[in-house]
Amino acid sequence: MTHAMIIPVLLPFTTAVLMVLLGERRLGVQRGLSLLSCGTLLMIASAAVVHVSSGAIEVYRLGDWPAPFGIVLVLDRLAALMLALTAVVAAVSVAAALTATPAWDTRGRHFHPLFQLQLMGLNGAFLTGDLFNLFVFFEVLLIASYCLLVHGRGGERLRAGLHYVVINLAASTLFLIAVALLYGLTGTLNLVHLALRVPHVAPADAPLIRAASLVLLVVFALKAAVFPLSLWLPRAYAVAPPPVAALFAIMTKVGIYAILRVHGFGLGLDSGLAAAAAGPWLLGGAVATAIVGALGAFAAQSLGTMTAYLTLISVGTSLIGVGLSSDAGWSAALYYLAHSTLVLAALFLLTDATASQRGHDRFERSRLVAQPAMLGTLFVVGAVSVAGLPPLSGFVGKLTILQATAISPAMPVLWGVLLGTGFLAMVALARAGSALFWKTTEERAPTARSSLARLAPAITVLACGVALALFAAPILRFTDAAAEQLADRRAYAARILREPDQPTVRPFSLERRH
Amino acid sequence: MELLAAGAIGLLTACGVYLMLRGRTFPLVLGLTLLSYAANLFVLAMGRLAVGVPPIVASGASGYADPLPQALVLTAIVIGLATTAFTVSLALMLFSASGTDHVDGGLGCPQRDDVGQR
Repeated sequence: MTHAMIIPVLLPFTTAVLMVLLGERRLGVQRGLSLLSCGTLLMIASAAVVHVSSGAIEVYRLGDWPAPFGIVLVLDRLAALMLALTAVVAAVSVAAALTATPAWDTRGRHFHPLFQLQLMGLNGAFLTGDLFNLFVFFEVLLIASYCLLVHGRGGERLRAGLHYVVINLAASTLFLIAVALLYGLTGTLNLVHLALRVPHVAPADAPLIRAASLVLLVVFALKAAVFPLSLWLPRAYAVAPPPVAALFAIMTKVGIYAILRVHGFGLGLDSGLAAAAAGPWLLGGAVATAIVGALGAFAAQSLGTMTAYLTLISVGTSLIGVGLSSDAGWSAALYYLAHSTLVLAALFLLTDATASQRGHDRFERSRLVAQPAMLGTLFVVGAVSVAGLPPLSGFVGKLTILQATAISPAMPVLWGVLLGTGFLAMVALARAGSALFWKTTEERAPTARSSLARLAPAITVLACGVALALFAAPILRFTDAAAEQLADRRAYAARILREPDQPTVRPFSLERRH
Repeated sequence: MELLAAGAIGLLTACGVYLMLRGRTFPLVLGLTLLSYAANLFVLAMGRLAVGVPPIVASGASGYADPLPQALVLTAIVIGLATTAFTVSLALMLFSASGTDHVDGGLGCPQRDDVGQR
């Protein structure tokens, strides 16, 4: 497992470079390379999950510099889980982009290289054990996502794209400021080292570290689309090409992952230190996001917009679990995060299939879809799952979050929000389903039956969601273990740092200079 | 020196935020650039301000400056340049598609959908 750890970052990168060198004319080769890369990533991610399920923490020191001086990649249970999720969603999205008519890679340039660079950014962000490298990989995945979002152009897409780009660039600036502030206070950027140093920050610096923690929360909340920083999401997701929107299902999860990794693990959300000041804001934001998402889904006029608002509900629900700052809460949040990524990706792909058969995805009278039984069944499975009804994964996820909430003092509010948003989502989805499949005109659909290949990506990812419910016990054991592992910072330090008591990476001591 | 650095960062941030709140894409890009300059200076300052001391090992040096923030700033400048270039090209695309440099692309203008989906 030594050099294998860097493959999830290097493979998409080399694939992308190779594709650019090959040029746009050899689209067939590009498609082959793209599928090959996604398939390999899927295999590596599964191997990583199997490898870390024993509790191993793998470290890759780039250039073999000892941490905390050098940059490290860290593979633990949490990182492996996120890698696996990314690989599944990526494989499905690329298949969906290829089977669409016309294929999405023919509607604009450089679809596949951008897609691979996006994967590089995602995998890098999940693997890195260094705060500044997290910033770098965020930039990689964001700049790829900017291009993918406006892929195939169109006025509306460009407009939503510009807003998305500008708001994310402003957030990047804040990220840099917060990282610098943390470095200035603790003298380290390694996340494990940071976790060890944060309790030793001078009491006089407590307000500064509180500020850094909250600025970082603003940045990650923006990526995760936490209300009131979520206003960019519905329009951007609704106008994105559907396979890209499916991949973006993991993008908001990067924000949640970063909150869990940096605030939960690095800054000690569960410790009661000054750096944990983000806790109450996190829970409040999560509750507000879930409510806004539910209201938005209720008011949405098209399936694309509604799915975007359902994303907000899932963000809010996952973050309630993260904000609980307990092992049970984090485990439940991780399960719910996996569930919502898969099912939302499926819904974005179904939106595309339904829209192509009806002519549009608005809840208006339109021609009957060509395959009402097939699409209807898929929609019901997706809707039941995303609304959190038994017996699918949404129900299991919501139940574990409800259980984890039981010991929190805010339990009545949180239960009300979790159950209320589920109910609103259910009503909204019922309205959407009846409008999409039953509100029809006499006009017969001209041709437009989707081939099985076209629907296969959506079916596959829905099946993964069903598998998540079928194998809920082993998966929950895995997420439980991941949450427990995150709480044990000494184990990480022993594995990653050569000298855990190294105070700082600065070449001078601050005391001496003052 | 501390006062000068802090004042410069504050002034850059203030100008950047003001320009970012404009409704046109050109001031917006300028604002983003100023804001990233401010952030870069801030990162540099977090390595503590020092004059005339080397960041890497040198014989006879009286002290050392912190090399890490300098490396970080270098990375941040490269990333900032790339993203600024991208924003400019996106703003140009929006301008040619909608005929206006307003950030909302002239919502409600009749020509806004003339490119449409290909």
